[in-house]
Amino acid sequence: MTSLLPIDTLLIAACAWLAIGLLGLVAPRNTRFISKTLFPLGAMIGALVGSVALGSLGGPAQTAVLAIGLPDLPFHLRLDNLSAVFAMLLGFVSVGISVFAAGYFRKGEGTAPGLLCLEYHVFLASMLMVLLADDAYAFMVAWETMALSSFFLVTTDHRHEEIRRAGFLYLLIAHVGAIAILLCFGVMTGGAGDYSFAGMRAQQLSPFWASAAYLLALAGFGAKAGLVPLHVWLPEAHPAAPSPVSAMMSGVMLKTAIYGLLRVSFDLLHTTLWWWGVVALVVGLVTALFGVLYSTVQNDMKRLLAYSSIENIGLIAVGIGLTLIFHAYRMEALAALAMTAVLYHCLAHSAFKSLLFLCTGSVLHATRERSLGKLGGLIHRMPWVAWLALAGVIASAGLPPLSGFVSEWLLLQSFLFSPGLPHPWLNMVVPVAAALVVFVAALAGFAMVKFYGIIFLGQMREPGLKDAHDAGPWEKFGLVWLTLITLLLGILPSTVILRIDAATRQLLGTGLADKLHEHGWWMLAPISPERASYEPVIFLVTIAATLLLGRWLVRRLYHGRVRRTSAWDCGYYFQGPRAQDTAEGFSQPIRRIFEPMFRMERHFPTARDAAPYYSVKVEDHFWYWLYLPVARAAGWVSTLVVTLQGGRIAVYLMYSFITLLVLLLVARP
Amino acid sequence: MSSAIPFSAQLINLFAAVILLLAFAMLAQRRVVALINLFAMQGLTLCLSTLVVAVSTGQSHLYYSAGLTLLLKVLLLPWILHRLVRKLNVKSEVEALINIPTTMLVGLVLVMIAFNVALPISELSHTITRGTLGIALAVVMLAFLMMITRQKAITQVVGFLSMENGLFLAATSATYGMPMVVELGIALDVLVGVIILGVFFFQIRDQFDSLDIHHMERLKDN
Amino acid sequence: MISISGLLGQAFAILLALVLAPLLSGWVGQCRAWLQNRTAPPLLLPYYQLQKLFHKDVVLAHGASSLFRAAPFVVFGCMVLACAIIPSLSTDLPLAPAADAIALVGVFGLARVFISLAAMDVGTSFGSLGGRREMLIGFLAEPALLMVIFTLAMIAQSTSVATIVETLAHRELVIYPSLAFAGVAFTFVSFAENARVPVDNPATHLELTMIHEAMILEYSGRYLALLEWAASLKLYAYSCLGLALFFPWGIAPGDDLLALVAAIPLLVLKLAIGGALLAGIETINAKVRIFRAPEFLGTAFMLAVLGLLVRLLLESKV
Repeated sequence: MTSLLPIDTLLIAACAWLAIGLLGLVAPRNTRFISKTLFPLGAMIGALVGSVALGSLGGPAQTAVLAIGLPDLPFHLRLDNLSAVFAMLLGFVSVGISVFAAGYFRKGEGTAPGLLCLEYHVFLASMLMVLLADDAYAFMVAWETMALSSFFLVTTDHRHEEIRRAGFLYLLIAHVGAIAILLCFGVMTGGAGDYSFAGMRAQQLSPFWASAAYLLALAGFGAKAGLVPLHVWLPEAHPAAPSPVSAMMSGVMLKTAIYGLLRVSFDLLHTTLWWWGVVALVVGLVTALFGVLYSTVQNDMKRLLAYSSIENIGLIAVGIGLTLIFHAYRMEALAALAMTAVLYHCLAHSAFKSLLFLCTGSVLHATRERSLGKLGGLIHRMPWVAWLALAGVIASAGLPPLSGFVSEWLLLQSFLFSPGLPHPWLNMVVPVAAALVVFVAALAGFAMVKFYGIIFLGQMREPGLKDAHDAGPWEKFGLVWLTLITLLLGILPSTVILRIDAATRQLLGTGLADKLHEHGWWMLAPISPERASYEPVIFLVTIAATLLLGRWLVRRLYHGRVRRTSAWDCGYYFQGPRAQDTAEGFSQPIRRIFEPMFRMERHFPTARDAAPYYSVKVEDHFWYWLYLPVARAAGWVSTLVVTLQGGRIAVYLMYSFITLLVLLLVARP
Repeated sequence: MSSAIPFSAQLINLFAAVILLLAFAMLAQRRVVALINLFAMQGLTLCLSTLVVAVSTGQSHLYYSAGLTLLLKVLLLPWILHRLVRKLNVKSEVEALINIPTTMLVGLVLVMIAFNVALPISELSHTITRGTLGIALAVVMLAFLMMITRQKAITQVVGFLSMENGLFLAATSATYGMPMVVELGIALDVLVGVIILGVFFFQIRDQFDSLDIHHMERLKDN
Repeated sequence: MISISGLLGQAFAILLALVLAPLLSGWVGQCRAWLQNRTAPPLLLPYYQLQKLFHKDVVLAHGASSLFRAAPFVVFGCMVLACAIIPSLSTDLPLAPAADAIALVGVFGLARVFISLAAMDVGTSFGSLGGRREMLIGFLAEPALLMVIFTLAMIAQSTSVATIVETLAHRELVIYPSLAFAGVAFTFVSFAENARVPVDNPATHLELTMIHEAMILEYSGRYLALLEWAASLKLYAYSCLGLALFFPWGIAPGDDLLALVAAIPLLVLKLAIGGALLAGIETINAKVRIFRAPEFLGTAFMLAVLGLLVRLLLESKV
């Protein structure tokens, strides 16, 4: 063996993650050993995975066969450009999260640290295996391992009733999704019985069965990604899980679902029908709108971020829908643009959302408080976390010059240059969809200002916050790492796109690289500079130069004197922390404008109340429209079935006998 | 590519777009008086567009219909309506059954439907301005929407008249106008219709002390 | 590719913006006063105010953080960048490729987020009220503005502001009906974005009505000066954008020095007319309730989308 192929390295990395996890069981209560040795080790392996995947981008696909599992059914593995992009994402993001986790997990919180370490690293390894799997069997094994390990991670604090409930809901929906994915693979084998992906690629499915496979994939992977209406687990599971786990789930796990959807709809299926794209587009738009509206009205910081993840997944689905539409009409240049937007948003979102979730983790540690209504003013006590969170907030709001803006820009460009679709309805729907995407992005800004302003700015809403402390060195490193990725993705889009272009090229046969090569690394001009261009470096430099020059000039020409006194506030007398907007108050305009979108229970005080209070509870319509009816139906069926349970052996024997008789009658040759 | 369209056709397109804009403005308008003024402006734009069609195609009867539009829809009908508003002391605020933003959202969807429905029809037409057919249809639908969502009888009349504007636009744009006899007939119909409605208003007001059409729900048999 | 004259033109455009922006605000204020039968303040009043504010000490609230102190500079920087990429005199701007029209909306968004955050920083009732309302206006105005830009971008087949303006200025006489919709929508948006009357009143300090003023209530001295200057730069940027998109005649096509010189008086004239019209519209309209503002901006959004549809129906074929 002269050289180690990237796929072998990745396999070794997965095994190393498993080994680290098992090492955790050696001394399950030794917090110091686990957090300060094992988690950093895991982070180093993450860095290895990321760099190997990055290095393998653009190379030929590599395959491997792993003789484990059932006899005659080995694991087929394959590393191609699409897997490499997502493996790179997994590797680099996990570095930040693992290092943060080294500082985060402490004694005496739920599950023993050793067990936690095992679950966490199994989770990482299973995600890597999902990306590498090349047959349905290996994929499902890895997929289920991922679901189970993340379930145990979510229920770390299993002593709380609501956390157990959240975990159960997550497991339930994950399995509904898994069934759909399994059926999808079954359809795609086309009855040939060959469950390897290579066999599926060779199948020529009729449009009907191809559509069935696509819809099943959309439902199955959509359940994992959080597409409406299968999103309900997300806002429950994320607040329940410890912050690094939320970060990992939101940042990376949701992306494995996107990976699966891309794999099925662009790689395994050959036919593409235009209405698939419309379905994805509409579902994505609904998801994005729903997610962003709900995220603006949340009062729990992690729930707010969870809904914001739903929004981002919706935007990604919109991008996939657009790619499918263009692909179906053989407009590959535009499809490549939209696909690049999808991949870029996956990268960008995984970095900034992990960053934000980790920031909430630091806040949670410092204050033991998740409710926005009891936070405030933390920028004074936690300047590191606050300033790093600002980067995440700006990226998440889709503002230049950070990463969220780049993908949004690419998506809008692909919308904008889409005239001439050979379908009049589509021609009209696409601009309206663009309008909604813009609207979602603008609302995301509102949600992010709320998130940041209420947590970090203003006066402290509780006296206890005075004792809050900044993040420790490990936590700081994790946050800084993710901030750097966000910054890098924001200001060097061309460089990044040139790397991930291999995946676009693999799926669509064409990419943006040729166009981008014509210009410098600083310029992003996917079509031509006359038509559209964006230069984040120059953008940033101009603003920074104006800022510094302005400051220098003002100091130079005038002075830099500052006096401190109490706030003016129009001379208003009462200036305590309760005079500021609460989280509820801040989102009041949204609740009022979009009232029909929410299910609200409000209590207003009257003038004569001795102890007046105001409360508002916002709930999800889908819970009442879809889930409770299903649950009620299930309960009803169960009560019917219970009557069969007489308790007497003779009756049970009779059931068996009748079954036997019926089978004999029915199954006559 | 666009320069292939002659200038007159561009003008007609512009006027058609302005008519659609005004139809939307009427949908968003909250005040009755402003609504009537908007209607008058719509009539004026229609008159101008008919004039342009007349000049560019040289069809003399279109001059008459332009004149008729000017007389009837810009001067006479708004005057009657203004007078009615003053006489009847109609409250200045338009009351909508559905709130205005929702109405406009529905209006937007209607415009999309109208454009799509009109597309195959306008393929059949050979006139230079066939694109405006979709706009005309959209104006008709928006006017219909206004009649459905407003409570006051007077706004319903304005909606009705605006619908007629849309039909007229369709006629001039797709077929360069209807035969003169039909046009005169319609004009007369509209005029008589408004006068009769005006009489009705007084009757309704005397009967119920209000112009709210809700009261008429009580007129059914049981 | 980037010529010396281009760079000089760029620097000149930025300087001109810095100088003309307060003047434009002063002119609008003067027109407003005349129309309202008041004695007009001097035209140069904004300069005097800036000078005064720069001289004064900064009085900071106890709770103000470093973000509060950084925000005015960031906002100012954003506005300068916006003015730099909007073609006011010439379309030959070396900075223009740095940000196309979508990024331009992003620049305004960035400034808005920073000023709203700064408003929430001290933790006063009016500050957070202003921040919330500003974001409310923002999330409605931003999409409408982008839709307007989309309509124009479809005409010019480009999102670069300079290319759009060049296409529109050098067309043969072609009438785009969709521009009517876009123009109306743009007007609506710029009123809301610049804290003008139907949505906000720049002259008010009445608690319940203010948006922009509520946000900068805690600022003083040089910070306030920068924010005021940034606000007038924003007005200038929007005016220039509107003029460039809908009345593009007279903007110099390249590095033609003569055309550039000729463009200056024309720009001043256009701005003067625009400012007077702005004051006129502000005078004859009443400020609407805050919850009518979404309706106002929603209308703008719908009109912009409608413009896009009209563009597709009437103009894309043939």
